[in-house]
Amino acid sequence: MRIDRRMLLGGALATAFAVTASATELRGTGDLGLVVERADGALLVVDTTERRTLRRIEGLGDLSHASVVFSRDARYAFVFGRDGGLSKVDLLTGGITHRVIQAGNSIGGAISQDGRVVAVANYEPGGVRFFATSDLVPLGEIAATYGADDARSKVVGLEELPDNRFVFSLYDADEIWTATLGEDGPTVTARFEDVGTLPYDALVTPDGRHYLAGLFGEDGMALLDLWDPAAEPVRILDGYGRGEAPLPVYKMPHLKGWSVAGELVFLPAIGRHELLVVDKTSWREVARVPVHSQPVFAIARPDGRQVWINFAHPDNNVVQVVDVPSLAVVGALDLGPGVLHMEFTPKGEEVWISVRDADRIDIIDTASLERVTSLEARSPSGIFFTARAHRLGY
Amino acid sequence: MSGRTWVSCFVASALLPMVAAADPSAARQGELIHLLRHDCGSCHGLTLKGGLGPPLLPATLDGLPAEGLVAIILDGVPGKPMPPWRGLLPEGEVAWLVEQLQAGAIDVE
Repeated sequence: MRIDRRMLLGGALATAFAVTASATELRGTGDLGLVVERADGALLVVDTTERRTLRRIEGLGDLSHASVVFSRDARYAFVFGRDGGLSKVDLLTGGITHRVIQAGNSIGGAISQDGRVVAVANYEPGGVRFFATSDLVPLGEIAATYGADDARSKVVGLEELPDNRFVFSLYDADEIWTATLGEDGPTVTARFEDVGTLPYDALVTPDGRHYLAGLFGEDGMALLDLWDPAAEPVRILDGYGRGEAPLPVYKMPHLKGWSVAGELVFLPAIGRHELLVVDKTSWREVARVPVHSQPVFAIARPDGRQVWINFAHPDNNVVQVVDVPSLAVVGALDLGPGVLHMEFTPKGEEVWISVRDADRIDIIDTASLERVTSLEARSPSGIFFTARAHRLGY
Repeated sequence: MSGRTWVSCFVASALLPMVAAADPSAARQGELIHLLRHDCGSCHGLTLKGGLGPPLLPATLDGLPAEGLVAIILDGVPGKPMPPWRGLLPEGEVAWLVEQLQAGAIDVE
């Protein structure tokens, strides 16, 4: 009888995500996560131990380019929607506990070191808005104004820092700002101009020391040492294109979650079919890895042994695996068109990959590179596991 | 500079002759709309309300010459992330997409 019941449950899952674990059942959240179904404005709550979908949460608005951060108790997720929606979701009950439309157009956000504040990077109106994680009450705004007429820039690459600070880039203004949030609201603590043309995204290293902004408009990246209060952003990898014209870019690389594997940092060369490998001490290029096409994400397995890469349109059917010690591509998977995102289980034995056009999440064993199983999802994009709750820059 | 302004500047300097072409087949139209939402949408928003790139709503595109918009899609915008689609999309399909966008004929919700 027991086996029959399980089979029934499996069948129901495959068709309708209708299975809902009881909210009163005691369980942890360390093996849970969210999958964004962007076309439907919905989220799937998934269990990475059982490899199944627990429930579906609807009503989250425009989730194109949506991203997620987690509360430090790893029970709640804060979901940043493209339409300016900020939602607080309870993974255990599947409820939306709070939701605000905080701007007209936004790109993502960060949660403070102490877990009390979420900050949202907005395109329209350009700036950063801050909210209490408890109930999403607004705590203030930094307007990203620049130039003589105080135009507002789109904000990108917003990251949290130690000491409850934040750092972000101004796409239209070529600037990097740092900010802090005190009793009287947010304050800009430093403003760096002329950091390079069109900073489009950024990452912070796992130790919170370095902020690295990608520049669309030039061969190079802007690096800021956040441990040195007197430091100015410096240009690194200057001229990595060696004067060759870049290829057209059909999808901008995403830097958040780009790889720091041990002493090496893996970075995208805009408009090129290669990864740049940079030494984290000298910040000089030490190698290049030729890859299948233009990388969008390059994400290190949690132990830093492998880096997994997906690619821009029209080559977004392929995922490649780079072996970090040898800097060689050691595997490639053709999963079908629309591979959008990859997320490792907390210790990295499996990776979950969204295959948008197949309406599927593939779960791959990272040692054998074999597919373990797949889950149904409608136009899946981002995948976010709760292990992010305790990592800086996630 | 607003999206509208740079679109206008570019259009003024790069007009292409339009190629009259038959509409794409119904199946191809579906593929083009999928591409528009998901690939164009990664910068212009899944609902075309804008993102890193400007909105592609009828109100944004109103009054801009179709030929200029076709030229932007085919050849990209130098110095901006907008890439050229020439080689990936034939001109007739681009012209059809522009027509649909300007008419607001695409269901983006």
